[in-house]
Amino acid sequence: MALLEVNDLHTHFFTREGVVRAVDGVSFSVERGKTLGIVGESGCGKSVTALSIMGLIPQPPARIVEGSVMFEGRDLVRLPERELEDVRGNEISMIFQDPMTCLNPTLRIGTQITETVRRHQGLSRQDARRRAVELLEQVRIPNAAGRLDDYPHRYSGGMRQRVMIAMALSCTPKLLIADEPTTALDVTVQAQVLDLLEELRREYQMAMIIITHDMGVVAEAADEIVVMYAGQIVEQADVLELFDHPEHPYTEALLGALPQLEGEGIREGRLTAIPGRPPDLIQLPPACRFAPRCRYANRHDACAQGVPELRELRPGHFVRSGHPASERAGARAEVTA
Amino acid sequence: MTKFVVRRLVWTVPVILLVILMTFVMMRLIKGNPFRTSERAIPAEIQQNLERKFKLDRPWYVQYANYVKGVATFDLGPSLVLRNRDVNDIVKEHFPKSLELGALSFLFAFVFGIPLGVLAALRANSPLDYGSMFFSNVGFAVPSFLVATLLIYVFSLKLDVGFPTSGWDSWESKVLPTIALGLGPMAYFARLVRGTMLETLQQDYIRTAKAKGLRWGRVITLHVLRNSLIPVVTAAGPILGFLITGSFVIEQIFAIPGIGRYYVTAVTSRDYSVVMGLTVLLSVIVIFANLIVDILYGILDPRTRDART
Repeated sequence: MALLEVNDLHTHFFTREGVVRAVDGVSFSVERGKTLGIVGESGCGKSVTALSIMGLIPQPPARIVEGSVMFEGRDLVRLPERELEDVRGNEISMIFQDPMTCLNPTLRIGTQITETVRRHQGLSRQDARRRAVELLEQVRIPNAAGRLDDYPHRYSGGMRQRVMIAMALSCTPKLLIADEPTTALDVTVQAQVLDLLEELRREYQMAMIIITHDMGVVAEAADEIVVMYAGQIVEQADVLELFDHPEHPYTEALLGALPQLEGEGIREGRLTAIPGRPPDLIQLPPACRFAPRCRYANRHDACAQGVPELRELRPGHFVRSGHPASERAGARAEVTA
Repeated sequence: MTKFVVRRLVWTVPVILLVILMTFVMMRLIKGNPFRTSERAIPAEIQQNLERKFKLDRPWYVQYANYVKGVATFDLGPSLVLRNRDVNDIVKEHFPKSLELGALSFLFAFVFGIPLGVLAALRANSPLDYGSMFFSNVGFAVPSFLVATLLIYVFSLKLDVGFPTSGWDSWESKVLPTIALGLGPMAYFARLVRGTMLETLQQDYIRTAKAKGLRWGRVITLHVLRNSLIPVVTAAGPILGFLITGSFVIEQIFAIPGIGRYYVTAVTSRDYSVVMGLTVLLSVIVIFANLIVDILYGILDPRTRDART
């Protein structure tokens, strides 16, 4: 049995303008000790998926209307809030995008770390403090014992994200959800933080869900990748398979937007952008959601008739498109032309 | 912190000197004279003698210097109009009542306003929220003298639950004035707290606190409330000053022998020394209220501590 199984998850936002179907039927699973990457552009529902797993979506306006999140045999969607509190930060923890705003500015770093371990592991004040120093050393904060009583504003962005990681790991969770963990950081710090995350993941034998819009990040960290578009999974495959044989036109376009520095396909000149914008999630037409931006779709084929099914093209490789790369005649020639 | 407090205390000296100077100039700019009001016409010779006695015939800067000297030795001088009374006596006799009224009203506003705002924020957009905010709007909009009259009418006359209509001695007599004066600030605190609470609840660090699995109660008290109170404390200083100094109307209605009455009559009768003395006293109170706020601010928000040392 997988550690986490998300089944047909629907999270909708009930707003004055209408129902926003932010997550619209998402299913995936995460095996113990493995890393799943969720990729997609802003607003595709990847963060809402993560928050739905944690039970942290803002209610109201959002609500999980359908589906289940099975974690070690328990359905987190139906778990009472108090029991969910025991899971959060203990068995599943999460780190967020912007470390500058994710730490409470009026509490000492030490307090913010120790309150987690004291809450879940019932450590005494001294033991919790000792554990906090140990954690800060693990995430390589220099002079950890001395920095414990500092307030967050004395820490840099990279250091604050390390503190977030330390807090997330403090109770040795089985699953860590990292929502854009490096997006807000300096480019030079991004790689350090990613390496640190991967190193600690191995050490703690955690499973991880890493959410990003950066294909480069998942290429290094993930075992399996889920590509989301407009609230749905459009492609899902093993990391090597996905990078070598992307099937969905959207995935291809995402990879095309990635700068390449080596190999035969060195791109010259400008990166290719994806024209258009994602659809309005309130008024979704009964058609392929990517069709308006897809270079292969046309008004007369199946793309306009209904939302394509997520089908398994090859073992373990799922795609939701009427025009996957392997079914397109002369696709290569068209791309290079 | 000590350095900060000492520096602020030293700064109060020039501020008080400036307050004295400004009051001094403004009082002299109003036409009129303490000894020649229409009811008490006195011969010119006597007036000159009086002016000499109170040193009003000297140049203004000498008067100013003399007055500052007096303040420095805690001597606010004699009243020019009320015979044989020193300003110090007036303050000693009447100020404690105004101080008590102001402090009680502030306490009332704080103790009831903040929980009301917290409840409204935690149950945002519920009937409880709408109800308490309607109550706050009314409390804020209705002037205190109207509230006072209504309170007297309902509780002293109609219901007769033991609250006297006037005076300031037993605890029963202090209830209605305290509510009348404190209702506006209470409504203000409630609205302010609701707003800052709702804003704080949206913060990323609150999501972090929940993601750590902390109990709801701890998230609210330690993470939300503490951060929400920072703007409230900022507003509390001036409000405390306002309540202690601005209770004139309420004192009139409830016939409380506070300092407010003396302040107003001193201005109309050009009793320079009383006006000056009370202005200095009230300035000192406002200055200290703000100093306390700044110290509390540093305790609540560590970021400001680094910024000012």
